[in-house]
Amino acid sequence: MEKTPKWIDVALIPLLNLLIAFVISGIVVLLIGENPIEAIRVMVDGSLGSPYGWGYTLYYATNFIFTGLAVAVAYHASQFNIGGEGQATLGGLGVALVLLMVPWPNWYLALIGAMIGGAVFGAAWAAIPAYLQAKRGSHIVITTIMFNFIAASLLNYMLVNVLRPRGSMDPATARFPAATHLPTFHDMPLIGQFFGKSVPANVSFFIAIVACFLVWGLIWRTRLGFAIRAFGRSEPAARYAGISPVKIVMAAMLISGALAGLMATNNVMGEAHRLVLNSVEGAGFIGIAVALMGRNHPFGVFLAALLFGFLYQGGGELALETSIPRELITVIQALVILFTGAFDNMLRGPIEQFFVARANARKEA
Amino acid sequence: MQADQNTTKAGRQATAAPAAKSVATPTGAPAIELKGISKAFGTVQANKDISIRVMPGTIHGIIGENGAGKSTLMSILYGFYKADAGEIWIKGKHTQIPDSQAAISAGIGMVFQHFKLVQNFTVLENIILGAEDGALLRPSLNKARRELKRLAEEYELNVDPDEKIEELSVGHQQRVEILKALYRQADILILDEPTGVLTPDEADHLFRILNHLKDEGKTIILITHKLREIMETTDTVSVMRRGEMTATVSTSETSPEHLAELMVGRKVLLNVAKTKANPGRTVLEIENLKVRDEDGVERLRGINLQIRAGEILGIAGVSGNGQSELLEVLGGFANGTGTIRLNGEELDLTGKHSDGQSRRAKGIAHVPEDRHHLGLILDFAAWENMVFGYHSDPAYQKNRLVMDNAGITAHTQEAMNRFDVRPPIPTLPAKSFSGGNQQKIVLAREIERNPDLLLVGQPTRGVDIGAIEFIHKRIVELRDQGAAILLVSVELDEIRALSDRIAVMFDGQIMGERAPEDTDEKELGLMMAGVVK
Amino acid sequence: MDFATIVELLDSAVRLGTPLLLACLAGLFSERAGIFDIGLEGKMLMAAFFSGAVAAVTGSAWLGLMAGVGGALSLSLVHGMASITFRGNQLISGVAVNFLASGFTVLIAQSWFHQGGRTPQLSGSGRFEPITLPGAEAVKDVPVIGQLYDNLLSGHSILVYVAFAMVPLTWWVLFRTRFGLRLRAVGENPESVDTAGISVVRLRYTAVAITGVLSGLAGTYLATGLAAGFVKEMTAGRGYIALAALIFAKWRPVPALGATMLFGLLEAISNRYPNIDLGVVNLPIQFMQAVPYILTVIILAGFIGKAIPPRAGGQPYVKER
Repeated sequence: MEKTPKWIDVALIPLLNLLIAFVISGIVVLLIGENPIEAIRVMVDGSLGSPYGWGYTLYYATNFIFTGLAVAVAYHASQFNIGGEGQATLGGLGVALVLLMVPWPNWYLALIGAMIGGAVFGAAWAAIPAYLQAKRGSHIVITTIMFNFIAASLLNYMLVNVLRPRGSMDPATARFPAATHLPTFHDMPLIGQFFGKSVPANVSFFIAIVACFLVWGLIWRTRLGFAIRAFGRSEPAARYAGISPVKIVMAAMLISGALAGLMATNNVMGEAHRLVLNSVEGAGFIGIAVALMGRNHPFGVFLAALLFGFLYQGGGELALETSIPRELITVIQALVILFTGAFDNMLRGPIEQFFVARANARKEA
Repeated sequence: MQADQNTTKAGRQATAAPAAKSVATPTGAPAIELKGISKAFGTVQANKDISIRVMPGTIHGIIGENGAGKSTLMSILYGFYKADAGEIWIKGKHTQIPDSQAAISAGIGMVFQHFKLVQNFTVLENIILGAEDGALLRPSLNKARRELKRLAEEYELNVDPDEKIEELSVGHQQRVEILKALYRQADILILDEPTGVLTPDEADHLFRILNHLKDEGKTIILITHKLREIMETTDTVSVMRRGEMTATVSTSETSPEHLAELMVGRKVLLNVAKTKANPGRTVLEIENLKVRDEDGVERLRGINLQIRAGEILGIAGVSGNGQSELLEVLGGFANGTGTIRLNGEELDLTGKHSDGQSRRAKGIAHVPEDRHHLGLILDFAAWENMVFGYHSDPAYQKNRLVMDNAGITAHTQEAMNRFDVRPPIPTLPAKSFSGGNQQKIVLAREIERNPDLLLVGQPTRGVDIGAIEFIHKRIVELRDQGAAILLVSVELDEIRALSDRIAVMFDGQIMGERAPEDTDEKELGLMMAGVVK
Repeated sequence: MDFATIVELLDSAVRLGTPLLLACLAGLFSERAGIFDIGLEGKMLMAAFFSGAVAAVTGSAWLGLMAGVGGALSLSLVHGMASITFRGNQLISGVAVNFLASGFTVLIAQSWFHQGGRTPQLSGSGRFEPITLPGAEAVKDVPVIGQLYDNLLSGHSILVYVAFAMVPLTWWVLFRTRFGLRLRAVGENPESVDTAGISVVRLRYTAVAITGVLSGLAGTYLATGLAAGFVKEMTAGRGYIALAALIFAKWRPVPALGATMLFGLLEAISNRYPNIDLGVVNLPIQFMQAVPYILTVIILAGFIGKAIPPRAGGQPYVKER
């Protein structure tokens, strides 16, 4: 049997790829005349060195868990959903509309309403590309990219022409009522005492963790998950088995879009308390890196989201404390996508060969 | 040295070409000589120390079962793969063939089993691709047009040079491949399973061309797994088995039985032990079934068939005459028009109840022709594959939400034991099993539910001999339990051995039905060619 | 709307359509060879930065051009290695290339010039100045023809003329030369090329390199022709619009000219008239900006003819086994 141990695929190769991405990033830092070791120290200090830092790291990680799961679910159905950005944008619109139009009595009812609003809007934005892919064979990567731009224009229009409060020059909605504000880590029993008032991490973090468990159950324990994985591996076989391609593409993409849309409970409802332009800030794209890094497994996504939460927060600190712009994080993100995604075979080939050779040598001995 | 012995043995026999058959007298250096060729793909040894000599002006056959390593060997000769060890000598010269360019300049042309043509290019463009005379196309196109006209007249190789490949029939596409080789002035022509896609008539035409080429002194290597083609057209023949060359003999001194024995390593018993069928009520009735493909071409043109409980109906035919479409529409993954009744109840042929789930629910099981692309998910574990298609079955659910994975694994363990799947490890992915064991997994899944109707396509393609017998036995057992069975196979021997009735398909129609004992290969062959009804 | 305004709009469409045209033709070479490229945006951005930076430092637009092309080529090489050598996912590689450019340009710009991620303003020989075609001055008062010649045809930078010349040149290379035949073949069925004894890898790298050069020209035009220097994220989605135009044009050079000029015109109109009142409906600027994307989706959905990409597109070539 030519089989390499599983830990190589799920741990060694991703970690090595990550290492390469970091080493190259370090070289870039050297190139611009800064000290990479010092940069790491600032990043770790700023993101993990204090409850304040953790409050931000976990806030960002929450965003990335949602968008990472979104990419992962679609991936299992062999759909590359590049449209997380647009779906999360629309999710924000859904959350904002729900919170502004309904007089919610308390935050948890509001949260349920917002989750429905965000998920439905996110799913709806994924539905059109999904339908066009399933029914008309339009390449979903291109259509979801196009829908990202259309989403940006739509949000721009909604904020400038429709939702902007009278007299305000700012393209943003009115503030959400105080009753809808989610408890942050500061407001929580037990852990509240560690976190300052200003940390943005909030209950959405726990919703994200629940989402990880639900996605895991969906993919590996349910009939739908079985069908999604089967379709993702082989479309002709799925058709033979009576699994409807249209149904699977739609189901996977709607779930994917809903997950991306749910991100808005964190950034729009939990943090900004209003909807502004570009509220997603690229989290939809970071979801791609997170899913790749996490091997499309919810636990991997969770870990990778923490990593990117750290990078994001650390990158912000870096921009404040040193002269390294926060775009360094974009470079690291690009390198992670490049090495864990596109250059995956570079290490995989030699490493697998090495293990096969070793296994054979052992067998012979 | 084993290799040397092989070489001399093969060489002696090959040079002793039958004077009776060949007009050309092979003298001088061999056109091709391979010495000790080995090639491994991962852990699979596709070619093991193979040596062979082919004299100029002869037709040399290479015969062996699927997966014996014939195509790999020829791909090495053509520079498509690189050998791990061994030497290639062309016309007495030690020749390095690192890529196809080198093979072409050494005068080798190859017609692959799956044509290497650009579908939306014209015939001319395909012909000159890679053999252009300069940086601009026009002179090359003009030259190719003249040359094509000459070749067409000389060898009965007529094709419209301005037609796009996608508009051509398969037979004509093959002509383009041959023309490509001739345009490059190949004097050694390799053909890999050339008749698999041809009607007997087209095949005869092909062999006329090959003989003509031979008479002109060209050397031809014919790869096939069909004994009859070897016996009728070749001068010498090499037999391959499991990556090794087991013998090289001159065709006139051998017999089909002998070759078959060399191919499989022992005498093949294709006579399946079975009693006479005892057919009961009619299970499947097909009336005027028509199917169109995506391009609107009619693939089934009014099929009428009946199968009763407890009998096997075998569908014989050259592949591509509608057998696949018949299985697809019965299995619920192609739409059609007409009437199909199962146990008297009409099946939907379009719409949402025309899918695999609905068919399974009605008692139709399906062992598909292509187990790698249809029957199995190669990355899935055996236990997942064991319920694939039946995964919504209430028996496999723990509750309304989740599947009973542990229960399925236990069930798979039992089934693997009963069907002698090796290794019997339910968590192993399907791709880690051999062809025969993969097919047993599919068979176990489909047979275990005691279907009213079993559809079986190419049940033993790429399956080792031991597993073939096992699979045949299981199919007959299911028949004896009262199931109706529709068997599709391109192996005429398999059809004849298993079927209680044989229907022959040609060009989307049933040419006729025969009882196996009332017919012979010749009559079936004529029916398969559409000549006799 | 008088004639002069129309000419002005068209003139502006040509300027705005030029980077799209160059990028679209860039993508055409790559995708015709079977390598999907959603990284046009990144390559343009990289070229814009390096051309702007080098032109600012040396004061030579031509040196800037070389640097810009070099920058885009380096990303082409990355994409080529990922898609050809390591047989990775071409879409993922494209995404990575875009982010790489987006981060890297600002990082380096900040480190070199300390101007918040932009390069210094270019002037004089640092930019590709408008070229006045012979006789433009003389005929500019001749109604219609003279106006068209002077305002529309004359007075563009050299790169605009290069871009337009690239259209027939691309057509000719693709359909009249040996290289073009092989390029199209490798995008449709790489096995046909491999068995004909031609290196698939070399062909595809060549195609990807041409993509690099052309997207380099596109980015250079942005920073040294259209604008006067590099600004953070200055491509602003143009790489994606070029991709949209490529699909719109069904991977053919002459329709690519039409599609990119149409999209250029849309941008010119929305720049000039933020809100268009059609009487019945009022088209907001946001709608005008989204039109190229909406059109592309409609095309992809097959409502206006079917866009069939090259058959082997997106799949790494592995010899069958």
